Amino acid sequence: MRIKGKGLIDRANTVTFSFDGRSYDGFAGDTVASALLANDVTLMGRSFKYHRPRGVLTAGSEEPNALVTVGTGAASEPNVRATMQEVYEGLRVRSQNAWPSLDFDVMAVNNLVSPFLGAGFYYKTFMWPRKFWERVYEPVIRRAAGLGGLSGAHNPDSYERAFAFCDVLVIGAGPAGLMAALTAARGGADVILADEDALMGGRLNAETYQIDGKPGHVWAAEAVAELAGMDNVRLMSRTTVTGAYDQGTFGALERVGQHHGDRSAGAPVECFWRIVARHSILTAGALERPIAFQNNDRPGIMTAGAVRAYLNRWGVSPGKALTIFANNDDAHRTARDLADAGVRIAAVIDSRTDADIEGDFPVYRGAQVFNTGGGKELESISIRTISGVEKIQTDCLAMSGGWNPTVHLTCHMNGRPTWRPDIQAFVPTEGAIPGMVVAGACNGTFSTHGCLAEGAQVAGKVLEVLGKKVPDVALPQAEDAPYRMAPLWAVAGKGRAWLDFQNDVSVKDVAQAAVENFRSVEHMKRYTTQGMATDQGKNSNVGALAVLADATGRGIPETGTTTFRPPYSPVTIAAMGAGAQGKGFAPQRFTTSHNASVEAGAPMIEAGLWYRPSYFPKAGEKTWRQSCDREVGYVRKAVGICDVSTLGKIDIQGPDAAALLDFVYTNMFSTLKVGRVRYGLMLREDGTVMDDGTCARLGDQHFVMTTTTAAAGAVMKHLEFVAQCLHPEWRVAMTSVTEQWAQFAVAGPKSRELLNGVLDAPIDNDSWPFMACGDMSVLGVKGRLFRISFSGEHAYEIAVPARYGESLFRELVARAQGLGGGAYGMEALNVLRVEKGFITHAEIHGRTTAFDVGMAGMISAKKDCIGKVMAARPGLVAGDRERLVGMKPVGAVKMLSAGAHIFEKDAQAVRENDQGYVTSVCFSPEVGTYVGLGFVKNGPERYGEVMRVVDHLRDLEVEVEICPPVFFDPEGGLARG
Amino acid sequence: MAELKARTACEDALPVTVGAAQLEELDLGPVTSVMVWGQEAEVSAAMEAAHGMAFPKPNRSSSKDAGRCVWFGRNQAILIGVAPDATLGNHAAVVDQSDAWCAVSLSGSASEDILARLVPVDLRRGQFKRGHTARTQVGHMMASVTRTGSDSFMILVFRSMAITLIHELEQAMQAVASRST
Amino acid sequence: MRLDCPICGNRDRREFYYQGDAVMLARPAVDAGAVAWDRYLHLRGNPAGQTRDLWQHEAGCGAWLVVTRDTVTHAVSAVELASDVKGAMA
Repeated sequence: MRIKGKGLIDRANTVTFSFDGRSYDGFAGDTVASALLANDVTLMGRSFKYHRPRGVLTAGSEEPNALVTVGTGAASEPNVRATMQEVYEGLRVRSQNAWPSLDFDVMAVNNLVSPFLGAGFYYKTFMWPRKFWERVYEPVIRRAAGLGGLSGAHNPDSYERAFAFCDVLVIGAGPAGLMAALTAARGGADVILADEDALMGGRLNAETYQIDGKPGHVWAAEAVAELAGMDNVRLMSRTTVTGAYDQGTFGALERVGQHHGDRSAGAPVECFWRIVARHSILTAGALERPIAFQNNDRPGIMTAGAVRAYLNRWGVSPGKALTIFANNDDAHRTARDLADAGVRIAAVIDSRTDADIEGDFPVYRGAQVFNTGGGKELESISIRTISGVEKIQTDCLAMSGGWNPTVHLTCHMNGRPTWRPDIQAFVPTEGAIPGMVVAGACNGTFSTHGCLAEGAQVAGKVLEVLGKKVPDVALPQAEDAPYRMAPLWAVAGKGRAWLDFQNDVSVKDVAQAAVENFRSVEHMKRYTTQGMATDQGKNSNVGALAVLADATGRGIPETGTTTFRPPYSPVTIAAMGAGAQGKGFAPQRFTTSHNASVEAGAPMIEAGLWYRPSYFPKAGEKTWRQSCDREVGYVRKAVGICDVSTLGKIDIQGPDAAALLDFVYTNMFSTLKVGRVRYGLMLREDGTVMDDGTCARLGDQHFVMTTTTAAAGAVMKHLEFVAQCLHPEWRVAMTSVTEQWAQFAVAGPKSRELLNGVLDAPIDNDSWPFMACGDMSVLGVKGRLFRISFSGEHAYEIAVPARYGESLFRELVARAQGLGGGAYGMEALNVLRVEKGFITHAEIHGRTTAFDVGMAGMISAKKDCIGKVMAARPGLVAGDRERLVGMKPVGAVKMLSAGAHIFEKDAQAVRENDQGYVTSVCFSPEVGTYVGLGFVKNGPERYGEVMRVVDHLRDLEVEVEICPPVFFDPEGGLARG
Repeated sequence: MAELKARTACEDALPVTVGAAQLEELDLGPVTSVMVWGQEAEVSAAMEAAHGMAFPKPNRSSSKDAGRCVWFGRNQAILIGVAPDATLGNHAAVVDQSDAWCAVSLSGSASEDILARLVPVDLRRGQFKRGHTARTQVGHMMASVTRTGSDSFMILVFRSMAITLIHELEQAMQAVASRST
Repeated sequence: MRLDCPICGNRDRREFYYQGDAVMLARPAVDAGAVAWDRYLHLRGNPAGQTRDLWQHEAGCGAWLVVTRDTVTHAVSAVELASDVKGAMA
């Protein structure tokens, strides 16, 4: 229920939202949790395993119980914490993990059979029969256990990522964080202040005490306003710093659109930030821990700090007759604040006999709550006092087992927290994250004065390191009450006392783990699943640890903690992958002829990042094969045009350019004449073929190397490696010119005829013989011409600056059509090269050597080159290595498939008998049947042998004759003609 | 006789304006890569003599009249807007790159925020001043980013990636614009 | 993770390409023998502690770098130009 006059909500601004289809009113500034509590809704979820009814436990991101699904359809988001979701007009919220309804959940039957579902029940119960696991057990468990579900539809929302930089990142905007940010900012540092709440101020917004004579939240608002007015400060509210990474990098999740629901074009739901900070100040505060006792999970039982927050920040009392159960002084504030607000306190129970609290309510010192009563909401608690057992009627119990500093980020780089016996909690270990200092409650300093002082002090230290003057900052006056507590982890008694609310882990489960010898905290965690839910044990870790320590007879520090890893709180996959959705996944590279190819109806295929035409269909053609055969015919009989701009082109210049080429190619390039092109083979240092291509010498110290499309980047990297790491003394410079030139193959018997129609100076076989290259001018544009062939035909490649690419392509294609030819695509290109036995990365696939592809002779004996020594290893040049061959079907089946394996004619098609494999196949119009390239043991010695090609995947068996890998014009006369 | 028609990398796709940012294609004129294989001092002297600009230090650019010289990598700069003098070739590889790069200008008060979505480098005004340049990434693309004014940047990526560049920038422009409403 | 490129300055890891052990700088002579070549190409330590790796500032200046770092703490103690390191080896 709402309490008049309390809270930082905007009471003039009513918003209506729905929960499980029912409409509720809240105010701007409310969370779903506070608004539901204001409407007296306490049942907000069902637990993971036993489907026990659960209400909200906390008021922050550590909430384990009140997980809800927001939105509908494809845009719905599961497992949203009701304590973090701000209400807005039209917000639709659903409960989850309950069927048919939250109020009546049939799966709650699990709760009745719980004796059989204790720790390790998965391991014990579902072991046999083994085949039952996949078909019976797993589906049943998956349906019964779980959190919210995904819609299964494509997520239509936008997510973004962003980078930010600063001198000082302050994590958490409570009193310590605000003071640290003020100090650092006034000292002139670039500051980012991040806080996961919508409203900065931390506990100051949830408490009633004063700073400098004004309410804490007013002081906080003033501090935030000052920071907002400074150029060197960036305030990031609704932003959770989720991880601390190497060299001052932090991950942070900003909730950009969840509080208003605007999903209009481009508006992101969340933003994942990478923040790079020279220094960081962790002021993340502390989290209150529950106390374990029987039925401590009933809706209406929450932490004392949360009750205070609901009262002071949201003007809500979570009950009408409240009880408080604590082991420390801090929780007494809850009683005082509630009493001041006129809420009835039914009892304050403090486990300490010397607890110092007085008020207009019954106080039980040295007492403990040992059970609770009620159904889906709390109705009573049972307490054990020195004088006996008593039952108290209450609809809300505020409990506090003390506070745990939020050490998580300090553990993300393998740091371990330090146990402080005086506060019975872990605190960060100094230096755990390079460049990070810690202040305030997350450092175990709990008074407001202490937080403010420490915040100012650590910021001063950071300023000194940054070489900036520390400003005179007056420390505001604030309460400095000592934090007094006595440990109480679990109340002795029967029944289930819950530690991990989200994963339904009880004190018994942890004790059972110890009994079964899972004594290491990491083993206990995995055996019981304690701390493995989405809250990552924020509420239960230390409690479970204490129980384990007790069960194993060790102290808490000896028992140790489990490892805290990023993210601090859940991050959606969509946010982490932001920027990589859809087209953001990888850049698309388009050639200059792309539009013309698409206009011609060519299906575009991906070749690395490039898009290339597969074939150019003509009216009446029913299959790609018909188009492909026709295009092959263009090149064999007339002239074909193909965009080859995607091949890598590297300009290499300098006095040592030739030396570099001699070193990276197996064959000699220093002897190449200016104006000529040579085919080159490149090895990796281990002797395997890396790439092949042509290299043209344009000047004495000027070459242009061509790489395959696939290896363009790798070859450039390799060349730079050689030049910088092996021979930095060489005077040579490499520039990629792939993008500068649009380059087209003009191939076929009529290629020269076509070119002479567009070249400004005609060519003939003497001026431009096979393997010649040089500058030329085409239709008034200067470019380059190379007489090279990837088809075995008389062919050229013509290059112009990319801006003219589209225009030249259209012109060349039109002219080719006039000569009985036209454009050809990748399919035809592949047929042309297979017929000629030219290799691609299908053959040089990373396991083949120069010897294997029949090019051992290309490794020059006159010089060293990359890969030469290793290529000579006996195992790479002898034995029965699989070597390149051609093959043609000779039996009834005329089909071939790449990837098939090759066996001797009468041998069984099993691995032991494997003789090789097929790498490339095509239908050859020239041969009139399919032909293939592949590797066969001792291949060249087996020409004429009939073997069997077996493709187990496609269920294909073909008899083939092994033959030389050149099916077309083996003498090579055509290319020269 | 047919004539070859020139087409720019972003033709038909730019300019666009979203919120407080404009994206337009730049016509840089001649762009020449100057990559030193010899003495940088010699190249710098030749550039100074011919074009009035020294070879730029890493992460810096300079301009003189119509010309601009932008540091472009280890031992490398690009000369923009002027035809390279032949003497540059005495100690460096001089390579025409006029058609290799797609060049756009992003301007407006939102540009810094927009680039913060795509570029993993600190581009804030106080750190990355006018004339500062970086070889870095825009999304997954290798890029050159130069601050040309208090609210404007020149961005270069491979010409073939022009469409992706525009797509990425437009998306970031929309995301940033949506926050200011 | 971030590296201090000697040319570009402090940059995000995503701009860099990782190659492997910096032993790749010490290419054996042609006649160094099988053992030396095997060491060069195949034998790598896997230390819990300091390593020297080769990286390339691929999306930045393009320089190949020798990075000295600790595999346990992830601290980077030196980033040098590979060309300088190789030059000093001569």
